[in-house]
Formats: sequence, C-alpha cells, structure tokens
Amino acid sequence: MPRRTTELLRGGALIVVATAVVLFGFGANNYQLQAGTTLAMAVVLCLAWNIVGGYMGYPSFGTAAFFGLGAYAGGIAQTYGLPMGLAWAAAALVGAVFAIVLGAILLRLRGHYFAIGTIAVVEVMREIANNWDALTGGAIGLSLPILAGSPRFAGIFFYLAMWALALLALLLTVAVARSKFGFGLRCIRQNEDAASMVGVDVFKFKVAAFVTSGIVIALAGAIYASMVGFIEPKDAFNILLSIEVPVMVMLGAAGTVLGPVIGAIVYVVLRELVWVNFINFHSAILGVIIVAVIYFIPKGLLREFSLTRWRKWTAPPAPAGQG
Amino acid sequence: MGEPILLIDGLTRRFGGVVAVSSVTLSVKKGEIVGLIGPNGAGKTTLVNLITGFVPKTAGRVVFEGADITQLASHQIARRGVARTFQIVQPFSEMTVLENVMAGALFAGQRSSIKNAVDRARYYLEFVGLDRFAQFPAADLSLANRKRLELAKSLAMEPRLLFLDEVNAGLNSGELKHALELIHKIAETGVTIVMIEHLLRFVVSVVHRLVVLHHGAMLSDGAPADVLQDPAVIKAYLGTKFAQRHKAELESQRLKYQEQVQQSS
Repeated sequence: MPRRTTELLRGGALIVVATAVVLFGFGANNYQLQAGTTLAMAVVLCLAWNIVGGYMGYPSFGTAAFFGLGAYAGGIAQTYGLPMGLAWAAAALVGAVFAIVLGAILLRLRGHYFAIGTIAVVEVMREIANNWDALTGGAIGLSLPILAGSPRFAGIFFYLAMWALALLALLLTVAVARSKFGFGLRCIRQNEDAASMVGVDVFKFKVAAFVTSGIVIALAGAIYASMVGFIEPKDAFNILLSIEVPVMVMLGAAGTVLGPVIGAIVYVVLRELVWVNFINFHSAILGVIIVAVIYFIPKGLLREFSLTRWRKWTAPPAPAGQG
Repeated sequence: MGEPILLIDGLTRRFGGVVAVSSVTLSVKKGEIVGLIGPNGAGKTTLVNLITGFVPKTAGRVVFEGADITQLASHQIARRGVARTFQIVQPFSEMTVLENVMAGALFAGQRSSIKNAVDRARYYLEFVGLDRFAQFPAADLSLANRKRLELAKSLAMEPRLLFLDEVNAGLNSGELKHALELIHKIAETGVTIVMIEHLLRFVVSVVHRLVVLHHGAMLSDGAPADVLQDPAVIKAYLGTKFAQRHKAELESQRLKYQEQVQQSS
C-alpha cells in the first residue's frame, strides 16, 4: 500500500475513534463516564511513560511522583484562586522544571539503579506532601474548588479533558516515533556509548525525554485533582500507579505508538472485570495476570500479533553466504 | 598530504596508580594513514578513547583542525568530524542494518533529515558491500559483517578523521583482502585514518607511518620499514624472530629487485 494511502487510513481511523469516544461521553451513564475517564487517564500515563520507558529504555517507576506533583501543583494553585485552566498550565510547568532537576541527577544512573532511584523519589515526595501541612494540607488532604454546573456536566467535561490529553499524548508519541529525537532515544536504549559515538547528545536527549514525559503525567495529575476535588498524599503518590503503568505498556508493547494504548485498554478492562467478579481477592488475580504478562508476552501483545511478525514467518529465506 | 589535522600534546591518563597513557605527543597529517601498534595493554585503545572524548583526560591537549577539542564531550567531537569504530563492535542490535548506518548519518554531519539519512545510509552500505543485508536485524550479522557495519556507520558520519580499532581482528584471509581494499578506498576519498592493528603484515601493507606504544608511552614513530628495524620496538613488541624474518624478506626483495634491474639492463 502506498505510504500516502496508509497515512490517510490512519488519520481516518483516528477521527472515527475520536468521534466515537466523544459521542460515547454524551450518551454514557455515570459509571460508564467514570470508567471511560479512568481508561483515558491510563492511556495518557502509558503513552507518557512509553517515551522514557519504551523508546529510551529507562525503567522509570517515577510515574506516581510526577502524577502526585501535578495533582498537588494544580490543586494548590486552584485553592489559591487560580482558574482551573491556568492551574493545569502551572502544573505542567512545575512538572517540566521538576523533570529537568530530577533528570539531571537520576539520568546519570542506568538500569536497576535508575529504577530504584525513581521509586525512592515517589516515597520522598509522599513524605513531603504528608508533612508540609501549610502548603499541602498534610495527611488530612487538600480540597479543591468544585467545578460549577451539574455533576453530569462535570463528568462529561473531565471525561473529554482526559481524552483530549490522551489525543495530545498520542500525537506527541507519533511525533517522537518519526523524528530524529525518537531515533536518538532508540539508539540510547540499545547502546549509549555507540549513540554518543555517532553524535547523539545522550544527556540532553535523555533529559528532554524525561521532561516531555513528566509534563504529560503532571497534566494528567492536575486534571485528576480537579476532577476528584480532594487529594491526599497516599492517593496522589500511590506507588501502585508507578507499577501498573509499566505493566500496561509492556502488555501492549513498549517502544511502539499503539502498544501503550492497547495495553491500557486491555489492562483496564481486565481490572474492571476482575474487580466486579472477584471483589475479595481481585489484587491477587491481577498479580497473577502481571506475572503472566511478563512471563508469556514480554514483548507485548502488539508485537506478538503484529503483521510484521506474520510477514517474518512467510518471508523468503535469507540471502545465502555472508562473505 | 600537508598540514596536520590532529595534534596531541602530552596526553596522559592515569587509572589510579596505573598510567595507561603517558604523555603521548603526536601529530597526524591530513590524508595520512597511520598505524598504531603495540603489545596488549600498551594503551592504544585508551589513547583513542582519550582523543574521541570517551575517557576523561588526566593531562594534555588535543587539537583537531586547528581547534582545541580537549574539553569537548564525545558527541561534540563526533559532530566535528572525528569518527571511530569500537574494537568490540557496538551495533544497535535491535535495529536493522540500514537503521544502524542511518544513526551515523543522522546526528553527526550537517543537519540531515531522516529521508536524507536513508539515502546516505544506503550509499555507505553499498560502499562496504552490505547493501543486501539492509533490512536484516544487526544482531543477525556474522562477525566480519558486523565489523563492516561498524565501518559503514562511522563512514556515514562523513568524518575527516577516522579511528579504526582492530576492524580486522578475527577476519579470515579472504575477508582481510576485502578489508584492505576498503581501507584504500576510504583513504582515496581523502579521509585521514589512524588504525590500531595487531596483524603486522596487514598494517605494513596499508600505512604510511607506524607509531608504537609501549606501557602507555610512545616507543617509536616513523616510516614502517624504519620502525620495524628499531631495536627498542623489536625488544618490546616484535621479538627477534619476527625482526629477522622481516629483515630476510626485505633482503630477498632487494636482491630480487637488483636481479631484475641487472636483467633489464
């Protein structure tokens, strides 16, 4: 198929899905709206994590740190009287600055050390939120101004806002995947020395990826805070979020455009089904699913069932002789 | 061949108490092919690592094309036109062969687009004879081809100075012949080459000049024939056997030449 046709088809599919998502929002009941918003948030977080964890190959468990930071930054800004939109922008800015500072320190570590470093950050952030009573309200939590209008209007509004952010994250991912920047990140994932040998400014690229990812996650946190109207440290800086997001991305396929989306959808639907049917031990069942994912489909659903794989099976044998 | 492209002055690197490279001073002329030889652990690779910015320098200065690059980071040095291959090949193993070479074309030279990088990558793949493997995963290549890939990747950076760190180690004689042709072809395009090599016969047939390192210090520097006769080099590296054999070979060549001259006169 010519490239142009493929592009048009992809664009068309995106528009159809986006329209369906919007229409669903207006027709859904409250439970469906909430589930839809949760799904959108999972998609956003997965796409954002995928830039650092997928394309760049740095196993970050810092999602909750950026999410909580965004939630608190937006929440605090709103309690000080900033309009919601500006509060979200402020949260994005705080997320960016935090990513630069944190990235400059943590991105000097690799592999497990980086992973442990990011976990520690989540813990430290939660303790700060717990103890800085004057700013965060401490362990009691922080109440945000409620959005004017009916609860139904608010429900639809946040549903659409979260999906709009998901669309933004998707377009951002497409841009990364097709750019020199994304190519450089893939080089970094495979071999940092070789990447710098061919002229990739490894450190700058890593920080830039961290910032891109951090902004999106912080924005998701800020929208979440405005939506729920009340945040507390153990909820905003929840380490489970840091673990679930990479699992979802790996389930779909890390380092691809659609993998994180597919992973988020499959995981959230599974989680919902398990929760509804096995309320008593749903976390145990989810745990088994997580282990199964890592064990059986480490490369992700998208790669496991992709066209390229199919082509590989049916491809003619390699040219003989390597001399 | 004329003005120096690379000047190294008192370059030193200590690892704890070990002096890996000890005050090496060297100049490489534009268009030259220089062979860097010496026993294992002599500091050859470390010297290249120092020049290309992969290892911080303890002391000394590096000047490339008249500009001081001592303090630059490795990617900055790469962008200025200094490329290197790694002794232990470092492919981007999840990428295709083509993508590997694209990486060289994308980031090092002038600002280039992905499309432009594809074209240049194809050109250099053909140059080293890997074009039919373009869509293969780099991890699937044989050692000889991985070495060629490493070469294509560094050529795609369109460097003016190229360090080859044992690109020929582990190759069989047919592959060596091909490698020799390649190096000549690269040199013809005007690229200055510094090559680390253990295969002495191979080096001598390619280079204009030989530099010998021993215990991190420069032992000898000059025309290959002179360096191979240098008693210090024979003692430290070549061993008397090689020197005698080499001398005998030279002698027989000289005699053969004289015979030819006499016959033709």
